[in-house]
Formats: sequence, structure tokens, C-alpha cells
Amino acid sequence: MESFSLILAIVVVTALAFDFTNGFHDTANAMATTISTGALKPKVAVAMSAVLNLVGAFLSVEVANTISKGLVDENGIRPEVIFAALVGAILWNLLTWLVGLPSSSSHALMGGLIGATIASAGFGAVHGDVLVTKVLLPAVAAPIVAGVAAMLATRFSYGMGKNADGEASRKGYRAGQIASAGLVSLAHGTNDAQKTMGIITLALIAGGAIAPGSNPPTWVILSAGLAIALGTYIGGWRIIRTMGKGLTDLEPQQGFAAQTSAATAILASSHLGFSLSTTHVVSGSVMGTGLGRKGGVVRWSTATRMVVAWALTLPAAALVGAGAEAVTDLGDWGTAVVAVFLVGSSAAIWKLSRRQVVDHSNVNEVDETEPAGVVTAAIAAVIPPPTAAAEDLAATIPAPAGAEPASATQAAPPAAKV
Amino acid sequence: MKIDWAAIGSVFGVSLVFTVGLVAVFTLGVNGLVRREKAAAQGGSAGLALTGAYVCFAACAAAVAYGIYLIMAKA
Repeated sequence: MESFSLILAIVVVTALAFDFTNGFHDTANAMATTISTGALKPKVAVAMSAVLNLVGAFLSVEVANTISKGLVDENGIRPEVIFAALVGAILWNLLTWLVGLPSSSSHALMGGLIGATIASAGFGAVHGDVLVTKVLLPAVAAPIVAGVAAMLATRFSYGMGKNADGEASRKGYRAGQIASAGLVSLAHGTNDAQKTMGIITLALIAGGAIAPGSNPPTWVILSAGLAIALGTYIGGWRIIRTMGKGLTDLEPQQGFAAQTSAATAILASSHLGFSLSTTHVVSGSVMGTGLGRKGGVVRWSTATRMVVAWALTLPAAALVGAGAEAVTDLGDWGTAVVAVFLVGSSAAIWKLSRRQVVDHSNVNEVDETEPAGVVTAAIAAVIPPPTAAAEDLAATIPAPAGAEPASATQAAPPAAKV
Repeated sequence: MKIDWAAIGSVFGVSLVFTVGLVAVFTLGVNGLVRREKAAAQGGSAGLALTGAYVCFAACAAAVAYGIYLIMAKA
């Protein structure tokens, strides 16, 4: 650690910041169903998830090593590229958190890396087929796999346990939910905390602070584990609300079926070498369990917004990553500009979030008049609603004599705005 | 481009079988507890139901232990 340059320090801090956003973005994956069914109190749930994430971070360095050894050429990558990638990933994570949509943190990170790499080394540096088989295909497969499993499990469970009320069954499903949510948290810690460890280690190697091929130093493991645990404990309550209440209405039996299916799919996929994103798996299983119960509903409008966010994750993070990389290329002051931009936009997003606070006290209350998210707003801005066009028409056609002038005046304001 | 259909298929199959199996076993266990609760309310006892329930929960605990083993072994 003798030559610890400023840029390296910035990259490490940024990576830990990403780790933090990753933690609070993904709390929902493990704990949304547990919180919304009341199996655990919100604060207790996030604390438990945080501890298990921390424990998971220490279990192994296998994932970290696959990132820092061999995935990219250590000689070709500069710390600035990693920094730019992290900027893209963090901003996308914060933005999706603001609108309360679960999206994959890994996709955001990969998107940032891809964008920064393209800006730095051109399109040739990205392997298109790897992108499809490792990123796009799993994103489509994950919700289907987990969703079908959760749906069938829910059917089964309701079919077998018709007399499922009373103290005994309430306690039973509560314990089951806690166990499966715990497994998801643990798996998340081993996977996601280690991604950050891998990134930091990669940056340290790229910056020449440690020898190529080294394992992550202890302080990296410790700080990455703490950052993700802290993020988890702070809790992305907006996303928890969407996942636990927004997609469907969950009963304890459904929460158990969904979380079991999620835990199984995550473990099976990582064990069989076809990694699925935790976020996609859990979203799919929650929807599946909504479909599996008789009289259950899935709110497709929320689901659609979520899928739009998933589709945008990679390109959006890539775009920001590429832009950030282009600016850092201008020199040290460029890097400073990007750092200031990152801090500034993060502060702005946080400030926006304070307008309508969602925390542990109101996470389970869903207001019916949910404000249009940024994604919906953007879509609405691009596609003019048909009613506006009709009013426009009404305003331009001269009203026949004797027609109510009221309608013309009503139509006038939108026409004037256009 | 080579899509690894075998991997997708096996993930799908394993997830499906394990999830449905686990949830079914767990539901059986809960049913056992419910039966015991009802029997106790009527002053009777349901030893068989209770034993069955414990067997079911033991199976689920074993599955959780296997999950933790998988996380530690591979991660």
C-alpha cells in the first residue's frame, strides 16, 4: 500500500459508496415479503438482513476473485475507468430508488463498466455474445423460473392447507419466511459484497498498489462488508414498499412460497453456474405467488414500470459511465468535475426523496394515488395523451354558432400551452 | 453465440422441484401443528400429527442447512 495515489483513494471511496447503494437497494429482495406480511417488524427485518449480509461477506472470496482475476485484462484498465463505471452505477441505483423501482445493482455496475470501457477503448472491447448470454438471457429467465416455481408452490400450499388459520399456522409460516429470507440475505452478502471487493481489488491492482493475482486485503473485505450491511440497515424503504405491497397483496403463505422460491432459484443458479440477479428472481417470485392464489392480483402497471426500469438499467448506466469516462479523460480536473457531479446529483436525489418520505414507519401503507414515477412521466412526455390532441382539435375547429362556449374556453388552456 | 440451454433447463427444473417440494413439506408440517392445536382445544392429543410435523420441519431445516452449505462451499 505504499503508492496509494489520490485517484485510487477516490475509486475505493466510490466503490464503497456503490456498495452502500447496493445494500439499501437490495434490502427489498430479502425482506420485502417478510415486512409486508408482518412476519418481522420492519426495523428488526433490516437489522437481521444487515447482519447476514455482513456474515456473508466474510464467507468466501471466490466471487471477488473471479472479478479481480481474469475477467478483464488488468493491464489495460485504469482506475479512472472503474471510477466512471461506478459513477454510472451509483446514479442509476439512486434514481431507481427514488422512484421506488427494484432494479438489478449488478446490471447497473455492468452497464457502467461497459459504457466506460467503450468510451475508453471503443466498441471492440465489449464482447456482444457474452453480454447476451451472461446478462440479457438471465434477466429474462430469472423472473420466469422463480415466478413459475412460486406460482405452483402457492397453488399447492393453498390446496393442501385449507384450514390455514389460527395461531399454529401463523407461527409456522412466520418462521418459514424468516428462514428463507435469511438465506436470501446470506447469499446476497456473499455475492454482492464480494462484487465490490473484486472491484476495489481490481482498482488496487490497476493502480499498482498490490501485486496482480492477490486476494482482497483484509481491510477491503471488512470495509466492503460493513458498507453493504450499513446500506441494508438504512433500508431502501421505497423499494420494499413496491416489492412487498405494490406488485400484489401478500398473505403469509404467499410470502413464504415466494421467498422459498427466490432462495432456491438463487442458490440453484449460482451453484449450477448460471447466475441470476437477486432482484429479478425476487420480483418474479412475488408476481408468481400473486398469480398462484385464487383471487390474487398482480398490478401489471407496477410490473410494467419495473420491467421498463430493468430494460433501461444497462444502457442508462452505460451512458452515464461513458460520459463520466469521457470527462475524466480530460485530465485530473475532469475527474474532479465528475466527482463533484456525482456528489451533487446524489444530494439532489436525496433532497427530492425528502418531499415524500418513506421509512420503516409507513412502509406498509400504500397510498392509492401513487404519483407517476419518473419512468412513467418520461413516457407520458414522449407520447402525448390522446385527450390533449382531441382538445386541441376542438379548440381549432370554430365552434358552431350557439354551441356552448364553455367547452371552447375549457379547451383553450392546453392549446395555449402547446 | 452459444446459449447454454442445459444450464437454464437445470436451474429451472431444480428450482421448480425444490420449491414445490419444500413448500409442500412445510405446509404438511404446519397442517400437523394446526391439527394438534385443534385436538388440544378439544382436550385430546394428536401425537402422530405432532411427530409428522416435526419430521417435516426437520426436513426443511435440513434443506436450509444444505443451502447454507452451498453458500459457504461455492459462493
